[in-house]
Amino acid sequence: MSISGITETTQYLTFRLDEEVFALDISKVREVLDFTTVTKVPRTPDFMRGVINLRGNVVPVVDMRLKFGMTRTEKTVNTCIIIVEISIEGETTILGALADSVQEVIDLEPQQIEPAPKIGTKMKMDFIRGMGKRDDHFIMILDVDRVFSSDELQMVQEGAGVSEDEACVIS
Amino acid sequence: MMDHREVFREEAYELLAELETSLLELEEAPDNMEIIGRVFRAMHTIKGSGAMFGFDNIAKFTHEVETIFDLVRNGRMSVTKELINQTLASRDQIKAMLDASSSGGQADLQRGEEIISSLRRLVPGDCASGGQEAEKQAVIKKEEVTGEAGVDEAVTYRIRFKPEQAIFSHGTNPLLLLNELRELGDCSITAQMDAIPMLQDYNPELCYAYWDIVLTTKRDMNSIRDVFIFVEDDCELKIEVIDKDSEPREETGVKKLGEILVERGDVSQADISRMLTLQKKIGELLVDTGVVNRGRVEAALMEQQHVREVREKRQSSETATSIRVPSERLDSLVNLVGELVTVQAHLTQTASGKNDPGLTAIAEEVERLTEALRDNTMSLRMLQIGTTFSKFRRLVRDLSSELGKEIEMITEGAETELDKTVIEKLNDPLVHLIRNCIDHGIENPEERETAGKQRCGTIHLSAVHSGASVLINIRDDGKGLDAGALRQKGIEKGLISPDQEMTEREIFSLILLPGFSTAKKVSNISGRGVGMDVVKRAIDGLRGTIAITSQKGIGTTISLKLPLTLAIIEGLLVTIGDEYFVFPLSSVEECVELTQEDVSKAHGRHLANLRGQIIPYIRLREQFAVSGRAPFIEQIVIIGLDGQRVGFVVDNVIGEHQTVIKNLGRIYKDIDGISGATILGDGDVALILDIPRLVRMKEEEEALTTS
Repeated sequence: MSISGITETTQYLTFRLDEEVFALDISKVREVLDFTTVTKVPRTPDFMRGVINLRGNVVPVVDMRLKFGMTRTEKTVNTCIIIVEISIEGETTILGALADSVQEVIDLEPQQIEPAPKIGTKMKMDFIRGMGKRDDHFIMILDVDRVFSSDELQMVQEGAGVSEDEACVIS
Repeated sequence: MMDHREVFREEAYELLAELETSLLELEEAPDNMEIIGRVFRAMHTIKGSGAMFGFDNIAKFTHEVETIFDLVRNGRMSVTKELINQTLASRDQIKAMLDASSSGGQADLQRGEEIISSLRRLVPGDCASGGQEAEKQAVIKKEEVTGEAGVDEAVTYRIRFKPEQAIFSHGTNPLLLLNELRELGDCSITAQMDAIPMLQDYNPELCYAYWDIVLTTKRDMNSIRDVFIFVEDDCELKIEVIDKDSEPREETGVKKLGEILVERGDVSQADISRMLTLQKKIGELLVDTGVVNRGRVEAALMEQQHVREVREKRQSSETATSIRVPSERLDSLVNLVGELVTVQAHLTQTASGKNDPGLTAIAEEVERLTEALRDNTMSLRMLQIGTTFSKFRRLVRDLSSELGKEIEMITEGAETELDKTVIEKLNDPLVHLIRNCIDHGIENPEERETAGKQRCGTIHLSAVHSGASVLINIRDDGKGLDAGALRQKGIEKGLISPDQEMTEREIFSLILLPGFSTAKKVSNISGRGVGMDVVKRAIDGLRGTIAITSQKGIGTTISLKLPLTLAIIEGLLVTIGDEYFVFPLSSVEECVELTQEDVSKAHGRHLANLRGQIIPYIRLREQFAVSGRAPFIEQIVIIGLDGQRVGFVVDNVIGEHQTVIKNLGRIYKDIDGISGATILGDGDVALILDIPRLVRMKEEEEALTTS
């Protein structure tokens, strides 16, 4: 997604992973939950934390820190699950994103957003819609549809091999 | 307006399905007027409502076909195979037009015209002008449809048929006339014998009896008179209308016996009133007092009964009409009930912990109600499998003629009900299986004759309930499976080793493996080796099983065992570490303990000794990489799978659990070994195990590590 996609003022939900601040288009966010019991689904990669019960629906939860190459999210009082609505191959589905804490909802004007530099973010270019400036720090605006695109989640299947190895270590 | 069009489309698809079934039936019985009528009505309705909702091209096309069928209905044209073929083709064309209209595309109009012209060619010469004439009025008036709505109305007549005593001498047999009346509709007949004299005065050549008849028919009075046309002068004939479909029903309902007698002129109103003052059964009284003889009363009683029955039938057919509900609403209802079941489980759990008899009683009541509600809701989603079966009739017909084979399909248990989703997902595997029967199973007519069988092969498709499952059998009387050849093929393909001991059953199940095809020749129907494993996978997906039995030269039977519903299953809840898992209870045979001692006795091999039988087991803790240590005594859940038994080692067995199946969603859609999730009473999520997949995974794994 290029920066040209952002032409009007949009509201963003900001959240923290480790010390960094990220943002999501608020229209993609359904709700924010406190951290609850997550049931791990066997033979899936670590960043797929498992599933939770959202008022009778089973919703998968992704550990955003692991997804972005940080250490595993540990439970604190601030840990929360952001329920986002994403579209995978044209189909809308809901998914939980585990974050260290949720900050606030902010307005960003198009001129406050710059395209992400090609190097230096240490992240896949595709994941970032742009870099927001606020006061004197940067906010990475994520493109959730791409972060959770089917290619990315393909790794769920490939990851099965990883758990396999673990199985040997543990047993 | 869009909504109406949608309703029309839905209705039209149903009518088309009906049309297809009727046409195929008609092929079997080309003279059956009733079926011809059904075909005609289906087309007429499609045409009529098509015109009403602006599907002019459909209306126009259907009109053409209908015109030709009108000739058939009037007996000016006979039903031939070619006519059926073309009509089926027109059905497909109408369907294509409907499909095109929903997608906004254009159907192949050329094809439509081809069908019409070949249909016209079938019209015999002397009728051709009629066809032309009808063509001129191709613009259909909407009134035509609404105006004809009342045609099928049933009317009840009261008939008194009193032949002259000398009627026998004219060569008339009154019984034949009565039989003819019976053919007109629902008929009750009472013979009146009061005029029969004592034996000494009896002349066997005279007819003393007369008859009271109550007839419910869709024909008009003239056709009743037609029955008596040759005896009209020799008898006393009275025909009256007593009950009509369209007549507004009076509050009083069925007429009182007395009223009927008065109306018939058998008794006077005064007599009736007098009798009514005496509190006795009016019929008995009338007979006792000699006002009227027993025969008359019986006739009147019979009439009363008959009218009541007809009305009841009409009413029940009116009340039995269904309501159309969008399936999403049903789905959300099922979801809600699922949640209720979850909450109820929570309630029961909490109540049992509280030790409060009042609360326990309420919890039990809720449990009872929830169960009833669940069963009811599930039954809402149940559909008869018959619609799917009738689709296959067409498949069998088309394929067998394409391959030059003569095949008859017999279906049984079409009224067996299955969950909507199961039926939908069952379609493809069944198509595969039936194609296999036609292509590989049943031989050419010549081959069959040399083998001493009938030229025409049969495919027997049946469905029957068996507990919480449905058994579907596909049986053919073809050449059967050749166990030797299958075995050879299995060895060639490296699926089995040459010295492997195998039962016949195991050999047959080889055909379910991917890449296994026995057909020497690849046709466009089957034989690419992708058929049966697709079937197997689809049936596994439905939590069903496949069993194959076959006798060479006699035939093959493939039995599918399927669960009634996919939404809620009985499960066995177990734990491994902190995680909860659910086994589908239907495949669980028993649970036994596994101690460290047992493990060391087996020298660390994953084999358990169950009453002398060796059972291999899978440690789910290892398989799922659950952290932590296993308890000293573990449990083995023994599963019966395709005739073999496999154990699954878990930490603890909690017990039975009403499992509301939740989809794991897109993201986890291809996870191996897990088929879904369910929510426990305390709100936690438990995963449902996919047993066949787990066993297959383990088999593949071991094959890799040991080879």
